[in-house]
Amino acid sequence: MKAPDILYECPQTVAEAVALLSDDGRFCQPLAGGQSLMPMMHLRLAQPEVLIDLNALAELDFIEQVDDTIHVGSMVRYTTLLNSELIRRHVPLMSLSLPHVAHSAVRNRGTIGGSTALADPAAEMPAVLKALNAVIVAVSQSGPREISADDFFQGIYETALGDDELVHSIKFPAATDQQRFGFYELARRHGDYAMAGVAVSAQSINPYTGLRIIFFGVADQPLRATGAEAALEGSMFKDEPAILEAQNALPADEFTGDVGVSVDTKVQLAKVVLKRALLAM
Amino acid sequence: MAQTQDIELVVNGETIQASVPVRTNLVDFLRDHVGLTGSHVGCEQGVCGACTLEVDGVAVRGCLMLAVQANGSQVTTIEGVSAKLVGRQLQRAFVEHNALQCGFCTPGMIASSIEYIEQGGASDRAAIREHLSGNYCRCTGYQSIVDAVVSVIDKGAAA
Ligand SMILES: Cc1cc2nc3c(=O)[nH]c(=O)nc-3n(C[C@H](O)[C@H](O)[C@H](O)COP(=O)(O)OP(=O)(O)OC[C@H]3O[C@@H](n4cnc5c(N)ncnc54)[C@H](O)[C@@H]3O)c2cc1C
Ligand code: FES
Ligand code: FES
Repeated sequence: MKAPDILYECPQTVAEAVALLSDDGRFCQPLAGGQSLMPMMHLRLAQPEVLIDLNALAELDFIEQVDDTIHVGSMVRYTTLLNSELIRRHVPLMSLSLPHVAHSAVRNRGTIGGSTALADPAAEMPAVLKALNAVIVAVSQSGPREISADDFFQGIYETALGDDELVHSIKFPAATDQQRFGFYELARRHGDYAMAGVAVSAQSINPYTGLRIIFFGVADQPLRATGAEAALEGSMFKDEPAILEAQNALPADEFTGDVGVSVDTKVQLAKVVLKRALLAM
Repeated sequence: MAQTQDIELVVNGETIQASVPVRTNLVDFLRDHVGLTGSHVGCEQGVCGACTLEVDGVAVRGCLMLAVQANGSQVTTIEGVSAKLVGRQLQRAFVEHNALQCGFCTPGMIASSIEYIEQGGASDRAAIREHLSGNYCRCTGYQSIVDAVVSVIDKGAAA
């Protein structure tokens, strides 16, 4: 199918973009990389009246370090993140996850802000943001506001973002020397959405302290497994009984199945990815 | 009434001016308005890779960009790849290695392969397969496509 008939705006500043978005009379939708919105328009799952193209907003295309924070603009594309030395050094969990996001031609267009705003429960970025306790900076005509990743992701394609707000940028705490990260996912084909995946951050691993274990592709949103975190806290790296206990402490009642993968299978896959991620930290 | 916009872009070295409906994606524009039917359209969802082409030096899905977004850009389609040495080498290698049967996937395969080689990709079958994982081929079984890409890299003549 083809996209619906639409109007097109290509603002040159964020101020112009949020002014356009605040227009109540028309249904406006931001267009970032288009790697999800374009397919949705072709399928007529999305039918905006006006597309607000964010691709001219150089203001949103930056990666910078401010003290202990790595600040990433929403229009930074996956390929740029993959090639960024700053990201590799200070947000290593993201670097671990990026090769699993789609394929090269899609990564050349898709943006971190688009993935964040979309909140696909099987996507890598939302889980990474949550595992790292990242902060999402939203902006509207009334100015910016900060939302923690824990509060931002609320369900399938559901976020704390208002209709008149844009994702401006994302702030990541720079990794400390003691911190360790793990990432693992199982997909049918490289680059496909995960059947189950996990992003893990730890303040230390020997012993394990301050873990954040976030599953994706298994529930309606990136799912934190606090029971598994508690099971590991204080035990030594690769301690088999503790890992087994963590595997058995997954929030299985919050899991949901999808086409071709039942809840039971997802729980089993989640145990597998958790163990593999932990052993590779 | 279709909402249209005027655009100007360079396609395979030739400047094109057109008035296009906003909803028209880049690959449909190239095929239906410019008459370059080399880029193929399979899924219109970014999945099959048949529409992959080069915009401002980067491989993208032609079905996932609006034509209006290519305003001011340099676009290279399969019709233009022979302007580059690596494009000609890949064309020859695809023929020599039987890397196409029906040819539906080939324009996208070549675009993705050019990107891989230009980025200095290694002559490593697993890495090549990973780079081409976003391009579907329903005929060849991929083996011969990887053979073709390997042969170009091994000749060491990348642009
Ligand atoms: C073949 C294929 C495979 C894929 N595989 C994966 C995968 O394995 N993992 C994965 O995570 N993703 C995958 N994707 C999706 C891809 O990562 C998308 O690029 C991403 O989800 C959305 O980013 P985008 O920049 O393209 O956003 P768009 O498609 O432009 O927008 C997505 C949504 O977010 C909104 N939006 C965008 N930017 C903003 C903003 N700054 N503020 C507010 N709202 C905004 C849009 O209005 C829209 O609703 C795949 C896509 C394709 C085509
Ligand atoms: S037609 Fe564009 S990816 Fe299939
Ligand atoms: S040659 Fe027929 S799809 Fe690849």
